[in-house]
Amino acid sequence: MKMKGADILINCLLEQGVDTIFGYPGGTVLDIYDALYRNGKINHILTAHEQGAAHAADGYARVTGKTGVCFATSGPGATNLVTGIATAYMDSIPMVAITGNVGLSLLGRDSFQEIDICGITMPITKHNFIVKDVKELADVVRKAFYIASSGRKGPVLIDILKNVQTEECEYEPAKPERYKALPVKKEKLEPAIAAINESKKPLIIAGGGIISSNSSSLLKELYEGIGCPVVYTLMGKGCIPEDDRHCLGMLGMHGTVAAAKALMNADTIIALGTRFSDRVALNREMFAKNKTVIHIDIDNAEIDKNVRADIHVMGDMYEALKTLIPELNKVQRAEWLDEAAAWKAEEKLKKDTNLLAYKIISAASKLAPKDIPVVTDVGQHQMWTAQHYHVNKPRLFCSSGGLGTMGYGLGAAIGACFGTGKPAVLVTGDGCFNMNLNELSTVVTQGTPIAILLMDNGVLGMVRQWQKIFYGRRFSQTTLNKKTDYVKFAESFGAKGLKIENEDDVEPVLKEAFEYIQKGEGPVLVDCRISPDENVLPMIKPGATYDTQLLKMEEN
Amino acid sequence: MAEYKKDPKKNTIAALVSNKSGVLTRISGLFARRGYNIESLTVCATEDPELSRMTIVLIGDEYTLYQMIKQMDKLDDVKKIGCADELDCVYRELLLVKVPATAEVRSQIVEIKEIYKAKVVDLSVDTMILELTGIPTKLDAFIKVIEPYGIIEMQRTGLTVLARGRHTLKDRDCYGDNI
Repeated sequence: MKMKGADILINCLLEQGVDTIFGYPGGTVLDIYDALYRNGKINHILTAHEQGAAHAADGYARVTGKTGVCFATSGPGATNLVTGIATAYMDSIPMVAITGNVGLSLLGRDSFQEIDICGITMPITKHNFIVKDVKELADVVRKAFYIASSGRKGPVLIDILKNVQTEECEYEPAKPERYKALPVKKEKLEPAIAAINESKKPLIIAGGGIISSNSSSLLKELYEGIGCPVVYTLMGKGCIPEDDRHCLGMLGMHGTVAAAKALMNADTIIALGTRFSDRVALNREMFAKNKTVIHIDIDNAEIDKNVRADIHVMGDMYEALKTLIPELNKVQRAEWLDEAAAWKAEEKLKKDTNLLAYKIISAASKLAPKDIPVVTDVGQHQMWTAQHYHVNKPRLFCSSGGLGTMGYGLGAAIGACFGTGKPAVLVTGDGCFNMNLNELSTVVTQGTPIAILLMDNGVLGMVRQWQKIFYGRRFSQTTLNKKTDYVKFAESFGAKGLKIENEDDVEPVLKEAFEYIQKGEGPVLVDCRISPDENVLPMIKPGATYDTQLLKMEEN
Repeated sequence: MAEYKKDPKKNTIAALVSNKSGVLTRISGLFARRGYNIESLTVCATEDPELSRMTIVLIGDEYTLYQMIKQMDKLDDVKKIGCADELDCVYRELLLVKVPATAEVRSQIVEIKEIYKAKVVDLSVDTMILELTGIPTKLDAFIKVIEPYGIIEMQRTGLTVLARGRHTLKDRDCYGDNI
C-alpha cells in the first residue's frame, strides 16, 4: 500500500506495539503529528518541555521493560532531548527518540531550527539514523527498535527529514523482529561453576542487568541454592526483596555497613549484570583484592573494564543463570549467612532514626500503596530513598544512576505512571524539583496520580555535604534561598499541596497524600521541610576502600 | 588471572565497517572520547560495496587495545574486527616524498632510491617525487636518509594489512573469547 512517510512511521510504531508516546510538536514534525492525529490509535502525552518527554519515555521503559518512545521537533526540540537520551544511555534503558529535521533542500544550510542531532547524540546513543529517503524509513524504524531492545539495551535516535514525512512510498506491514538471547553453553560456565562450588564465602553483587534481563526469579534460585548473601547496586534495587534474609542492601559510596562488611569478608564475588562503576568500585585496584571475581555481563566491553575478573562469562543474564544454577552444589553456607545476618541486624539497631528525612521516607515506604513505582531525582534524597525505601519487586524503582540527572524525577514519574497504570511516588529535592517543575502542569493536565515528596531543605544537600567534608564548610552557591511556597505553587498549578513540618505531621500527611493519589484525581505535592544539615551516611570517600566507611560526619 | 601488559606498544587493528557516510565520524568520535591515541587510520573500499575496511594503528597498552576493540565492536556499523598482530600478516604503507633534485644532488638521491627500491614518479627541473612501498620502519629509515636533502612535501598513506594464506578478516571468529 502506498502511503506518506509520516503514516509509514505511525504504522511501524504500531507494528512494534507502541501504545504511548511522550513528546512535543513543532515545525518539522507537523506531518508526523498529523498522521498521529489521523490514526488515533496511539496515546500521546504532551509534556511541558522535551526533556520531560525524554525522561517520561525512560521511566515508561524502566517500569514496563518495553522500549520508550519520545517525539521532538528539530533544533531546540531535539537538543532538549539530549539530557534524557544520555540518562537512558548511561543506565542502558531501551528508548527510541524520533526527531524531525528540515527538508533535504534546506539541509546543511543552517536553516531555521536545523541542527545536526545525529552528530550531537552519537556518543549517547547505541546508534542513530538520519532518514533522507522515504524508502529507507520503515526499515530504519524496525532496526531502531531492534537495536534499542537487544543485547545491552539503550537509546536510539531517528532523525527524519521533513520531505521524507510527506513523500509517498510502498508500505508493507511486517512483524517486529524480537531479540532472542543466545543460550549460554555449560562449557563457558565451567570455571564459574567450579569457583562457586569451591567458595566458602561467596557474595552476589546484583546489578541493573538482573532487572533488564528479567532475571530476578533466577537470582532468587541462585542465592537460595548456594546459600549466600546478596548486595545490590543502585540500578539493581528491586531485584531482591529487602526483607529477604539474604539481602544486605545497597553496595557503594552510600551503601549499607552490612554490604561493605560482606564485601570485605567474601572470598568470591559473583558480579551479575553490573559494571563496577566508580560509585561501587570506588578504588578499582583494592575493590576485589585477594578475592575471586566472577563477572557475568551481556556487554563484553564491561569485562575487565574497571575491575579485572578472574572468570568472565559474556552472555545474556537470564540464559547464563539458567545454565549455571542446575550445575551448582546446593549447600547452605549457614555460618556465612549468619555472619551476614548479624551485620544486618546490628546495623538496623544502630541506624540514626532521628532524622526527619529518614522518618518521612521510611514511613512513605510503609504507607504507600503496595507495588507502585517509586521514582527519585538525584542527590541526598535519592540515596535516602535507596537506603530506606523498600522496593521488593523489580521495575518499581526509577532513578538516574549513571548520569545522575537532577531534574529527572518528575518526567520519569509521568512515564512510570503511564507504564504501570498505577499511581507513583516521586521523592525529590528542592534543587532537583526546580529544574523541571514545569512538568507539574503536565501531571495536572493528565490527572496523573503522583505523590511528590519534596525534601525541602533549602540547599543543594549533597553538594553541601561534600563542601562540609572536603571544602571546609565553604557553602559556595549551594544555599538556594528560594522564597517559593511550594504548597501554594502546587495549588496554583491545580495540584493538591500539603506540608510536613515536623515528626507529628509525617503519618497523617503521608496518609492523606496516598489516599488522594489512590482516588486517581491527580497529583499531590508534599513540602517536607527538613533540616539543611541532614547528611547521607554511611559514606565512603571517592577512591577510598571499603574499610574506611564513614558512619558519622567528619568535617574539615 | 594474568595481569595486562602495561608497556605501551603499537597495535594494528583491522575492521570491516559499513560503507556509509558518518561511520568514520562515529569511530573517530569513539577514539576521542575514550582517550585512545591513534597513530594512523586508513579507510578504503573493499570487494564488497557494502563494506569499507579500516586499518588502525593504536599506541597503547594491552588494556587500551582490548577496550578499544570491544568498544568498537559494539558499534552497529562495525561488522568485523580483530587485532591483526595475532596473525601472520603482510603490512604495507606507501610514501610519496618530494625532494629538491637540482643537478648537484640528483645522482645522489637516485643512488639512495636504488638501494631502497623506491621509484621516481615525477621529475621537474629542480624537484623529484619518489614513491616507496614497504613496512613502516623501512619508510622511516628512507625518510631519515633523504631528509638531509630537504623534504619539500611528503605524504604517507597509513598502514594497510592483510593476513597471509587463506585467512580473511571476514572469516575470523569473534575475537571475544581470546580477550
